[in-house]
Amino acid sequence: MKNENLYNYILGIADNSLILGQRLGELCGHGPNLETDIACTNISLDLFGQVRSYFQYAGKIAGDGRSEDDIAMLRKERDYKNVLLVEQPNTNFAYTLGRQFLFDAYHLMFLRELQKSTDLTLSAIANKCIKEVSYHERFSSDWIKRLGDGTDESKAKIQEAINDLWMYTDELFHQTDADKAMVAEGIGVDVTQLKDAYYNYVSEVLEAATLQVPESKYFHKGGKHGIHTEHLGYILAELQYMQRAYPNMQW
Amino acid sequence: MTTTEQNIDKILIPILEQVSDPEIPVLSIMDMGVVRSATIIGDLVKVEITPTYSGCPAMDVIGDDIKKALKHAGYESEIDLILHPAWTTDWITPRGRKALEDYGIAAPLEAEADKDVLLHGKRIVKCTNCGSQNTRLVSQFGSTACKAQFQCDDCQEPFDYFKCLK
Repeated sequence: MKNENLYNYILGIADNSLILGQRLGELCGHGPNLETDIACTNISLDLFGQVRSYFQYAGKIAGDGRSEDDIAMLRKERDYKNVLLVEQPNTNFAYTLGRQFLFDAYHLMFLRELQKSTDLTLSAIANKCIKEVSYHERFSSDWIKRLGDGTDESKAKIQEAINDLWMYTDELFHQTDADKAMVAEGIGVDVTQLKDAYYNYVSEVLEAATLQVPESKYFHKGGKHGIHTEHLGYILAELQYMQRAYPNMQW
Repeated sequence: MTTTEQNIDKILIPILEQVSDPEIPVLSIMDMGVVRSATIIGDLVKVEITPTYSGCPAMDVIGDDIKKALKHAGYESEIDLILHPAWTTDWITPRGRKALEDYGIAAPLEAEADKDVLLHGKRIVKCTNCGSQNTRLVSQFGSTACKAQFQCDDCQEPFDYFKCLK
């Protein structure tokens, strides 16, 4: 492929939305109440919409006729480039919200920079997505505050979720070879530059929620290179089931 | 950012006005502002539409409906989905806003007022049934990606509010 770095770069962005969207979709009909059930599936729908734009573009770059569906459904686990954070399970509502907030805060900062990309398709997608993602971030940061500053029970649960998910945050700021190549061309976002602002902002929200900012310096990584936690295989088993059972089926 | 040229051939306007949003049948896609251009090139009509929300499942249906309406009027067509410039609720026409209200969906407020309503519980969205502003947010997310749920505390009517998107 001529533009392999760009192709991989797009997948690196889109896979986060795809896997998080799939995780949120699991809550359809299972949210803790109607409002949050609808919220999670609405956010999931936004993310899938964004994924379609990215994968359609990636398909064009690949230039061999592969479709958005092929890219979403027919790769193996090691070929998915999402960060470990987004594949973590919906252990309870605190984990779902904690994961959402830790990702939204990053996603919003990332898209702000991607809007400046010299690649006009990517900047147009970012322009579109950022409106939706600001709304997601409003929702999730609001819930962090409600749970943190809520009852003893809700506070303990969200604190536990944040503490457990914290070890997946550092990976957001790692660069792959495709990242480095795209930054050099003015197409990609230099995520290393977002790290300080991210931790400052996240700490601000956690403090407003009367929560402790975790101090652990132990972090997991690997997702961006295809080395995933045990959870991704199960997500893909469900995501890809129809295409694996009935190859080439269409709606 | 919000002012952009629409390039739509005058002959095509009445045809496109017959196509409505499948989720909100009272609203034509022209009043919705999703048609960004429509031009006749030879025997072919080229139409560019832009999604309201990225994941809006109505977009595929809208594309098919435009094709059908144009075919009925004797034109073959090609539909392109474009992302730039991104759609904003400012593109809903005054006639579209009125159609929404008549249908029972409160039209989007300005960005600041929208924030006050959705984040700070300010009571300013007008009830589509009785017009009272004594209304409260039930859920930031609603039955489709573009709406939030409200209820009127005077007449008790539950209704949708079309969220501001800029």
